[in-house]
Amino acid sequence: MRQLKMNWQFHLMILPSLIFLLVFSYLPMAGIVIAFQNYKPALGFTGSAWVGFENFRLLFEREDSMQVIWNTLIIAVLKIIVNLGAPFVFAIFLNEVRKQFFKRYVQTLVYLPHFLSWVILGGILVDILSTDGGLVNRALEAIGLSPIFFLGDGSWFRVTVIVTDAWKEFGYGTIVFLAALAGINPSLYEAAEVDGASRWKQTRHITIPSMIPMAIVVGTLALGNILNAGFDQIFNLYNPLVYEKGDIIDTFVYRTGILSGDLGLGTAVGLFKSVISMILIVISYRLAYKWANYRIF
Amino acid sequence: MYHKTKSYRIFAMFNYTGLFIISLLCVLPLVHVLAVSFSAKSAADANIVSLWPVDFTLEAYKKTMNNPAFILSLWVSIKRTVIGTGLTLLLAFLAAYPLSRENNRFKGRNVYSWLFVFAMVFNGGLVPFYIMIQKVGLMGSFWALVLPGAVNIYLTILMMNFFRGIPKELEEAALIDGAGHFKTLFSIFLPVSKPAIATLGLFSIVFHWNSWFDGLLYTNAPGQYPLATFLQTVIIQRDMSSLSLDPVTMDLISQKTVNSAQIFIGALPVLIIYPFMQKYFVKGLVVGSVKE
Repeated sequence: MRQLKMNWQFHLMILPSLIFLLVFSYLPMAGIVIAFQNYKPALGFTGSAWVGFENFRLLFEREDSMQVIWNTLIIAVLKIIVNLGAPFVFAIFLNEVRKQFFKRYVQTLVYLPHFLSWVILGGILVDILSTDGGLVNRALEAIGLSPIFFLGDGSWFRVTVIVTDAWKEFGYGTIVFLAALAGINPSLYEAAEVDGASRWKQTRHITIPSMIPMAIVVGTLALGNILNAGFDQIFNLYNPLVYEKGDIIDTFVYRTGILSGDLGLGTAVGLFKSVISMILIVISYRLAYKWANYRIF
Repeated sequence: MYHKTKSYRIFAMFNYTGLFIISLLCVLPLVHVLAVSFSAKSAADANIVSLWPVDFTLEAYKKTMNNPAFILSLWVSIKRTVIGTGLTLLLAFLAAYPLSRENNRFKGRNVYSWLFVFAMVFNGGLVPFYIMIQKVGLMGSFWALVLPGAVNIYLTILMMNFFRGIPKELEEAALIDGAGHFKTLFSIFLPVSKPAIATLGLFSIVFHWNSWFDGLLYTNAPGQYPLATFLQTVIIQRDMSSLSLDPVTMDLISQKTVNSAQIFIGALPVLIIYPFMQKYFVKGLVVGSVKE
């Protein structure tokens, strides 16, 4: 009874956050009606004409918007594969390092790019990847290769996006695998050694299997992000030359919805993305819970 | 012993070398920017700077620090980082306490946690959000950079999980002594939560410092841009209008060296905070938990 009486304090504590959530998360959800309207800012929600699913029909009929969805899927799926694989392999090699100071030194350097924004990295990459004297192309020329237009050639652009994203994130992604490796019972290795197992055999039969559950959690949770191909990165690296291969849902929404003022279509594309994403996130969390007992709340 | 065998030693040699090279690759681009920023215009424009400055000069930094638009943006960034982080921490700290209670002790918890989780997995999208910022009158205001992201659900969950790890006896003793929940939160939980608050604070600082898109969307004059947005427009969009350098000065210094100096100054706070963050990475990364 006493506890119940004190519950008002709980409500009071959560109230400020709740107000912010209502205004900045739930209020915009009401704006979804724009997706079903021919929205004119001057007329508002109530005055604008209803068009039903017209905006969605447009979304699926326009060639550029279908291309954008396709681009998003390709880039996101490749990123998920690379960003799962690279940290997995890197953690195995780093785990073989016995000198603690060297391990710490490597970790310090490889985690760093994760914390720099894509504006900073975009500024750097545009410079070092440029065809007129960029560091990378100078290196390519030095070994006798012809320069590559990394950010201006559609197919190279995708490769560049995936590789630079992996470069930024692989170190940080390694952390979860190193944590999993730190949890392995050392007696497993001792027993294997007594049995005469080589280091490679120990890696194959002890190290790798103990990383699999973590890989499953990371991989399933990444599923929820399949429509996020990385707005910050693409926005800071792309240019009209590579729109065809590099434009993704989020950059498309910004350009059609905000810059060109096509609010109805922009909202419809955004809503399409939000709904699919939410379904995928719910599924991926359920799977992570089922397979690895992972819980978020 | 495997690590005494010859083949393992050869492997170890390659492994150490490979890891060394990979780790260097992660910072070399940054070293290159630093080298360009300290180089003379002629050297930078001729593309002969690699990883060490050529004809060392501080000219680019002087120009950058004398650019009023840059300084204004720097100030906006500092302001938003301090205020935004303070607000986020306060809100997360307050909300995490009731959310960390057991369901049967706090009846409303389920409703609240659903409201939080739903807001995390679903949103109206960019366009409705943009219109909402207009409608609540935040367009063009500094507060558009701070208020919309004030509730950080991920950080709130991290805080909540930290609270769950605090021994129940601590709290019960306080309640039996007649303290209310507010008193318990601020005089018992606050002191023991310092490591958690530091962790969340560092992540929030980096988040605010790096944010640029909201500045581009919701503020409309270069003088209101946070530094990240300023850099985005000047370096990525190559909009020189906010650079406010007269043609004569422009000629004397290379755009490349100035850009590099700006990039480096923009990255500097993160580079400084970074060593302090490192020990918290694992905690900060693992949102949610794997139950035994």
